[in-house]
This record gives sequence, C-alpha cells and structure tokens, in this order.
Amino acid sequence: MEKIIEGKTISVNEEGYLTNFTQWDKNIGEAISKEVNITLTPRHWQVISYLQDEFKKESPLSIRKIGKSGVVDIKEFYALFPNAPLKTATKIAGIPKPASCI
Amino acid sequence: MKKIVILGAGTAGTMMANHLHHELDKKEWDITIIDEREKHYYQPGYLFLPFDMYEPEEIVKEIKDFIPKGVQLLSGKIEKINAAGNLVQMENGDQLPYELLIVATGAKIAPEETEGMKGKEWQQSVFDFYTFEGALALRDKLRQWEGGRLVVHITEMPIKCPVAPLEFAFLADSFFKHKDMRSKVDITYVTPLSGAFTKPKATAALDHLLHEKNITIESDFAIAEVDNENKKIIDYGGREIPFDLLVTVPTNKGDELMERSGLGDDLNYIPTNKATLQSQAYPNIFVLGDASNIPASKAGSVAHFEAEILTENIKHFIKGEPLKEEFDGHANCFIETGNGKALLIDFNYTHEPVEGEFPFAGIGPLRLLKESRMNHMGKLAFKWIYWNVLLRGTHIPFVSATMQESGKHFSAT
Ligand SMILES: Cc1cc2nc3c(=O)[nH]c(=O)nc-3n(C[C@H](O)[C@H](O)[C@H](O)COP(=O)(O)OP(=O)(O)OC[C@H]3O[C@@H](n4cnc5c(N)ncnc54)[C@H](O)[C@@H]3O)c2cc1C
Repeated sequence: MEKIIEGKTISVNEEGYLTNFTQWDKNIGEAISKEVNITLTPRHWQVISYLQDEFKKESPLSIRKIGKSGVVDIKEFYALFPNAPLKTATKIAGIPKPASCI
Repeated sequence: MKKIVILGAGTAGTMMANHLHHELDKKEWDITIIDEREKHYYQPGYLFLPFDMYEPEEIVKEIKDFIPKGVQLLSGKIEKINAAGNLVQMENGDQLPYELLIVATGAKIAPEETEGMKGKEWQQSVFDFYTFEGALALRDKLRQWEGGRLVVHITEMPIKCPVAPLEFAFLADSFFKHKDMRSKVDITYVTPLSGAFTKPKATAALDHLLHEKNITIESDFAIAEVDNENKKIIDYGGREIPFDLLVTVPTNKGDELMERSGLGDDLNYIPTNKATLQSQAYPNIFVLGDASNIPASKAGSVAHFEAEILTENIKHFIKGEPLKEEFDGHANCFIETGNGKALLIDFNYTHEPVEGEFPFAGIGPLRLLKESRMNHMGKLAFKWIYWNVLLRGTHIPFVSATMQESGKHFSAT
C-alpha cells in the first residue's frame, strides 16, 4: 500500500507501519504522531532514536528490553506512548511492529 | 572414546539420546545424559489436570525408562558449562569433559519476575498451571470454587506452548457449563498481545471462538503488579483488572545455569542459529527444545522436528561437513476448544497457520484451523504418541520434519 504523508509517497502495510525505513524522516514521524494523538517532546525523540538504533542492529524489541535499556523505564514509556507503547512508538519511528515470537 | 553430553532429559534431550544412540558408532562415541530429576513429566497434561480430565499418575513416568541402554544417565544438578574448556561442571563438583554438547534444559516459570505475583495469594487465589504442583493445586481449588471472576492471564511472551492459556480459557468455559455454574463465572482472557494469537488468520479464528464462548478479551496488557490486597492485576498504563481467581502464566525463562555460564540472553535462552540449531557462540554446542532463543514455538512437536534435523547435522559436524540449514520452524499444535472439540494448526517461520487438511491434502482426516471432534481425538492420542513414539525418537509416518505446503489453503481469506 502507498500513502502520502507530508507530500511524500511512502509505502506502508495494512496497519500503517512503514515497510521501508529509508523513506522515514522526522516530518513523517511528526505526521504519524498526530494521527495517534501524541505530541512529540525531546523525550519522545530520545526513545524513538533508541528504537531505530536497535532496529538497525536487527535486535528484537520487547517491553522487557526497553525497561532494561537505561533509556526509559517501562512506566515512563507508557506515559509517553499510552496504551500500547511499543506498537505506537515503532509506528512513529517508521520501523516494523515487533513480532512477539510464538 | 569421544564424548557427547546431553544436558536435560526432558522431551528434547530424551529424543536426542534415542536418535544418537541409534545413529552413532558405539565404539567411537560415548553418550551421557544428565538431569536433576528422576521423573519425566508430560507437560501437555498440565492443561487437563486442573479440570480432573487426567489423573496425576497418567502424566508422570520414570526418566530412566526412556533412556536407551548404552546411554549413561547421570542424576544431578548441572552447575555450569565451561564452554571454553569443553567441560560440564556438576553441583557436587564433578566435571565432565565433552567433544560435543547438546543443551536441552528447557524453560520454566519465573513468577518472581512480576511484583506481587508470588505474594500471599499465591496458590490461594493466584495460580499457575505450568508446573505439576501448580496444576494440582489449581485442581483442588476448582473442585470447590463457587464462582466469580476468573482471569486467565499471560505475563509476557515468549511462553511454552503459547496456545495453552487460550485452551485453558476454553476448557474452563466447558468445565463450568458441565458443572451447571457457567452463569456464576465471568471469564476474562488477558494478554500482552494485540489479539488471541500472534498470527492474523489464527487470531481471527480464535477471537471468534472467545466471543462465541462469552469470554472477554483484554489485549495489550503489560502487567506491572499483582495487587494481593485488592485482588487485581495492574498494568504499566494503570489499567486494572479485578479477579476472584487468577490463573496466570508467569514469565518463562531458560535455566539459571545459562546465566552462571554466561551463555544466555536476558531470559536465559541460548542464542542459536535458527536453521542449523548450532549455538552462535561455540561450534561444538547445539541447542534444541525450549532452551534456545530461535523464533519458533516452544512446543514438544517443535522439539521432535528439531531432533530429526539436529541428528543429521551432528553427523555432518562429526564428519567435518558443512551443516544443513534445514530447520524451518515447523510446529504442529492441537488447540483444545472445549466440549470435546479441538483445532489443529500447522505452520513454520514463514507460513502462518491457515485452513486446510492434514496430513493428506484434500483428505485430512484432520482439519486445519477448524473445530472438530477428530482433532480432539488427535489431542488425546498425543499423550500415547508422546510416551510411545515421540520420546523414543521414532519418525511419525506422513509427518515430515519440515512443513508441507500441500493441503493448506494459503490464498483463502
Ligand atoms: C501447560 C503446558 C501445555 C503444553 N502443551 C503442549 C502441547 O499440547 N503440545 C506440544 O507439542 N507441547 C506442549 N507443551 C510444551 C512442551 O511440553 C515443551 O515444549 C517440551 O517439553 C520442551 O522440551 P525440552 O526438552 O526443551 O524441555 P523439558 O521437557 O522441560 O526438559 C528440560 C529438562 O532439563 C532438566 N534441567 C533443567 N535445568 C537443569 C539443571 N540445571 N540441572 C539438571 N537438569 C536440569 C529439567 O529437570 C528437565 O527434565 C506444553 C507445555 C506446558 C507447560
């Protein structure tokens, strides 16, 4: 699927996650955050860049791991991205929704 | 003599002992298997114990009855793997050298990871069914429970047999109906996932079943604590779910011996190549069953498929040949849905569970992702197959170690 954000055509999946991280930039992150009613602060951006770094290292993400990252604790992570923080934060960060293995 | 040491004589270790005993030259290789227990537990039976559907005796047997003569069975707790020195260290100080090590120490529950879980309500109104003791205590509770709010809960993924808590919720529905008290019980299914399961088509089918059985689902719930005073679970976002009876699957972890040996990840699982089953850190250490970190289901059926492929790879390794990247994450699980019915799912790393027929395309007799009595018979037959076929390392006719695409309706939506 394709979607136009901030005048740029980007590819996304059915749930609205970017399928090509190279198409992401800060404006796109801002635009997605508005769709999910979050106002991004510098603290949000710190968490987002941590998630993107982990994604680039191909290291799988989980709530547990973020809690132990030293970047943010789980309580604050929830405060920043309410309800389902990992899903929301990865969407804004332009990386895939973490697949919990089964 | 060269030495192979197998750590853990549960599902996976026992299968490997049988395969290797059969395949390797006994004049050249000496095989030892170690476990701290004397008994082998059929863990899929833990699902049925709480509902008085199995007797405890049916699911416990002696480990030694399943280890072939000629393989040395050693009883004791493993303290540490000294991987650089090719040595296994026992708690009693003994040391065992090896040329090749197979790790099959499984996974276990760690309720202490969640604040308040092992509090004063543990085994009063908070139970697990992932241990023999837990399942028995829950059976005794359910025998006299008079109803209220039953909350079935998963703490975090990954867990062994990820469908077991769903099956528990379905069987509970059926159990209370038969006891004529379903109207007195409110069942809620609480999961950290976004739906009943991780893969879309199975999630849709299972969400539908939950709805049909009047089970409420609460998704995306990441538990922060169990509040023993007020009997509720609270998540990091502040969401609260009250309970009268909480049946939880605590965090699952690999054995602490991995932490002591510096071989595990943050949940004590060993980083392992998902196609060859060789550990990432040491070429002469192989891992199968629940102990590895590969993104496959932690299930007995998976261990069975892995054991067939790992046996071949060990033969390649011994001959100095390249390993085959053959394991595809194949899993095959029955899902009890209550009232004498079950679903069957068959999938791998790349193919999600879909509808179809198994094992013969167009024929079955088992139906994939659809409820049927035949599937339930399959689930019950699994106990016999486990003790008599799987553990002995015998190949199951018509069921290959890698997943078959025929008989599966991939395009159907
Ligand atoms: C409730 C429930 C239902 C399930 N239902 C199904 C199902 O329907 N179908 C299915 O396929 N699978 C099912 N499973 C999963 C299945 O039981 C496991 O995946 C399987 O047993 C894994 O085998 P394993 O050999 O890796 O671990 P295990 O069988 O757990 O064996 C590990 C062994 O290692 C030993 N050990 C560990 N650490 C040490 C140490 N330090 N020193 C000495 N010994 C040690 C333990 O004593 C144990 O005997 C279910 C599991 C549960 C809990």
